[in-house]
Amino acid sequence: MKKEKEILLTIFKSKMFYVSIVLLIVLFLLDAFHVRVGVSKTDTDALLGVAALKSALFQFISMLKIVPPIFLMIGLLDLWVPRETMIRLMGEKSGMIGVLIALFIGTMSAGPLVAAFPVAQIMLKKGARYSNVLFFLTVWASAKLPILFFQATELGLTYTVITNITLLLIYFAGTLVIEKILTKEEKKQIYTLAENS
Amino acid sequence: MDLSTIILYAVALVLLVVSVIKDKEKTKKAVKKGWMAFINIVPVLVPLFLVVGIVLSVLTPQTIEQVLGQDTGIFGVIIGMLVGSIAFMPPFVTYPLGAELLDNGAGYPQVAAFMTTLMAVGLVYWVAETKYFGRKAVVLRNSLAFIASGVVALVVWGVMV
Repeated sequence: MKKEKEILLTIFKSKMFYVSIVLLIVLFLLDAFHVRVGVSKTDTDALLGVAALKSALFQFISMLKIVPPIFLMIGLLDLWVPRETMIRLMGEKSGMIGVLIALFIGTMSAGPLVAAFPVAQIMLKKGARYSNVLFFLTVWASAKLPILFFQATELGLTYTVITNITLLLIYFAGTLVIEKILTKEEKKQIYTLAENS
Repeated sequence: MDLSTIILYAVALVLLVVSVIKDKEKTKKAVKKGWMAFINIVPVLVPLFLVVGIVLSVLTPQTIEQVLGQDTGIFGVIIGMLVGSIAFMPPFVTYPLGAELLDNGAGYPQVAAFMTTLMAVGLVYWVAETKYFGRKAVVLRNSLAFIASGVVALVVWGVMV
């Protein structure tokens, strides 16, 4: 438990934490001077600061509902899948199979992008190819299956098909380019970061 | 809870049961690993969701409608990409908003530019992502997403306008 507490306390070392506190104070000041920015039409009496805290809490809770199985699977994957298997499936020489696995896991997943980071990290730790992991991340961010159905009903099939095919093609090419742009040293750093997690 | 979440829980549960049957000790270790991976992400999640809450309260669908509403042309595409990169919205808010923008006279390319950056470019995720992969990788991934969104907007322009 001591280690957990230590990790949780690192929040007070994060700049973003203080930045968000300052922004919240600004919102409450705006409220105090009755300046109106944003805030939905239906809810004009709501205070900006309160609205921000409310939606932060709401987002946080909806994230917590999704992550338990993700982290459970990360743990299971870490202990049960040997490094050799991951290298064979998604490593340097995996070819299209690695790409397709990245695509499959990316589209099948649920949850915000931030939940994908630890998944990507365990893939790297087990020796998956960098471009495949990056492809998985980009797919998770924009082409999840349940979202696609919703997209088609709201915005039309043509739009959904065109945007997603274009995105997938560019992401596929782009991840290979990024892999080339990063130097050996930089990639090694990324893998070391994953291995030490 | 939507279907994919339920499937996710079901798959995880089945794997857990199989793991327990095969090796109890190993399962214990696995659960502990998963738990630690979760604890590790909490310190970045708290500030992340505070920022998300702030962004959501200021950049509401109404604000975005005012900015993107009638705008057409390449200028609208650029504005859409910039707003989409900064803003954060859950998908179930994003798509109805896109449909509404279209109803209010915004063009498909502008809406495409806004919505693809909204999902793929995550400036709110910056700190969290850096912690996992280092700064350069994060800059590159977001640049790729930004460029891809621009291309998508142009393709949509070519095909649908």
